[in-house]
Amino acid sequence: MPSRALRAGRLPLAASLTLALLCAGAVTASAQTAAPSANAADAARAAAAAATANAKPVASNAEQIARGEYLARAGDCIACHTVPSAQMFGGGRAMETPFGTLFTPNISSDKTYGIGAWTADEFYRMLHDGKSRDGTLLYPAMPFASYTKVTRADSDAIFAYLLSTPPVPQPNRPHDLRFPYNQRQLLLGWRTLFFRPGEFKPDPTQSAEWNRGAYLVQGLGHCTMCHTAINALGGNTASKEFQGGLIPVQNWYAPSLTSNKEAGLGDWSIEDIVDLLHAGVSKRGAVYGPMAEVVYDSFQYLTEDDVRAVAVYLKSLPGHSGEVDTSPKSSFVTEEAARLLPIGKKIYEAQCAVCHAAEGQGKPPHFPPLANNQSIQMNSAVNPIRMVLNGGYAPGTRKNPMPYGMPPFAQSLSDEEVAAVVTYIRTAWGNHGTPVSEHEVNALRSAPLF
Amino acid sequence: MRNRIVLLILALALPAAPLFAAPAAEPAPDTMQARVLGCAACHGAHGEGTDNDYFPRLAGKPAGYLYNQLIAFRDGGRSYPPMNYLLAYLPDAYLKQIAEFFSQQHPAYPPPATPTVDAATLALGKSLVMNGEPARKVPACASCHGASLTGMQPAIPGLVGLHPNYISAQLGAFRYGTRRAASPDCMHDIATRLADRDITAIAAWLSSQPAPADPTPAAPSPLPLACGSVNH
Repeated sequence: MPSRALRAGRLPLAASLTLALLCAGAVTASAQTAAPSANAADAARAAAAAATANAKPVASNAEQIARGEYLARAGDCIACHTVPSAQMFGGGRAMETPFGTLFTPNISSDKTYGIGAWTADEFYRMLHDGKSRDGTLLYPAMPFASYTKVTRADSDAIFAYLLSTPPVPQPNRPHDLRFPYNQRQLLLGWRTLFFRPGEFKPDPTQSAEWNRGAYLVQGLGHCTMCHTAINALGGNTASKEFQGGLIPVQNWYAPSLTSNKEAGLGDWSIEDIVDLLHAGVSKRGAVYGPMAEVVYDSFQYLTEDDVRAVAVYLKSLPGHSGEVDTSPKSSFVTEEAARLLPIGKKIYEAQCAVCHAAEGQGKPPHFPPLANNQSIQMNSAVNPIRMVLNGGYAPGTRKNPMPYGMPPFAQSLSDEEVAAVVTYIRTAWGNHGTPVSEHEVNALRSAPLF
Repeated sequence: MRNRIVLLILALALPAAPLFAAPAAEPAPDTMQARVLGCAACHGAHGEGTDNDYFPRLAGKPAGYLYNQLIAFRDGGRSYPPMNYLLAYLPDAYLKQIAEFFSQQHPAYPPPATPTVDAATLALGKSLVMNGEPARKVPACASCHGASLTGMQPAIPGLVGLHPNYISAQLGAFRYGTRRAASPDCMHDIATRLADRDITAIAAWLSSQPAPADPTPAAPSPLPLACGSVNH
């Protein structure tokens, strides 16, 4: 499995990181106050009114539970807290990180092993402050840094829904984290550096639709967890938000969501973004890799209005010129490209054109276009290499219940052939991508698939 | 007059296509055949299999069996990451349609494998497949998989037209639990009563059998032991 910069063997690096986090934590611990501010409740009510634009006063428990189920879909709780084909919300799913493996807790209504004995206050504190019922600090694999934006009313609804689900009598499994990451007090430091608690504050200069989209993307959607580059301390930088990043261990690249035209959504229409997120396929491309799960378990269940709001918000994110690498390429790179291109073109015509068409225009929406496709031409070549190696099916969704799929080619193409055809599709038809090497292809053959 | 010239120029200029328009794109064929192209690279366009030992023939197998396998790969009952990954986000109803499609394909069988074992091993294989061994509580394979080994409706697969390595890999996987079927897992029970030599013999004999005259799976009939995949 590919490893990141932090390994248990590099003790000096780990020691200095520990020191950094402990120092940051010490500063926070001495300055901490206990009671929440008196204005928080007012702010929460105002934010709730603005952000949950379609919410009416909750008339019944059944309504609250239904709303909570919808919000739990938006937050995609099921993806982490349920092992496929095991009981819902029973936890126990292994989350591999560069720091070791965490096992998700049971969040079913079970009174002994789940959250059945919790109160709504305790659940809100968990979501908002990243602290468990007994005050234990949560590891940020739980995206509380995003969920902190969720309003109290929405938190109560999700809690009511979880308590209405069947109890799962499964005890939590202890995490398997390497030293020093198994020392929870380091989280004080992480929180100082990377966590800003606070419910979503609507922007009065923007529309209700924009605010709804912002609330979903910044809060329950927790999109930044993947779509912002993560640093060696497991945090991210606000100035790089939504500009894309490699997902550690899983080794897929979550693309930029900004308006950068080459790397992000700059020349996507609102309709195409809605199609992509709601159906899983669009005229511009399809979801694949970890995003297929997000559409399958989360986005396909949201309303058209909510998905449109997300699209409206994303389209407002400014592009950054640094997202595209325009530095001149070395002569070795251009020579390699020249060598691989004719091989790649032949392979493309024999194996790919039947679906993706002679000029890369595809047969949209089911056979995605490769020309002018961000996933193909962006800086990182990880995704197109992995798609050629492993293929993939678009998720089956309400709007696209019988999806089309791409076969894997890992078993029939050599490293050189994969590098050739990926080089071809990244540079043909006006695409602005760079060539790829056999070495990159070979490294990705062992990336985890499932 | 000048206005008319301007209008004429505009009229000629405006409808012109943009300089770098993408060529027209046609839609994908709305057929199951087109949808299962994701399977074709390994399993063949009609599910006939390829020359790879471990990508088996799908064509003509009972739809219930194929559906159980798709569910197993999606949910973890069978572990093979390229398959687990491809099926992860496909709903039950669609998997059923994919199973139906392949169960209705009838491409020709490949030529049978040339056995690489001695005659005694082949004879052992034939005996276990057609008669079983009651003393060790091993039923005849044919008693569930059909007298012509073409499978049994609704959910038991045929055993002809497979590579010997694939057959022995499945029997080994059933024995060690890396391939699990619905409980009671009859194939696990049977596989634990087979010695390595038995598995080699069964795989060699089955793979060397010629294509059946009639590849249709047998109609359902009572089974010698309880089997979770069949008796839901």
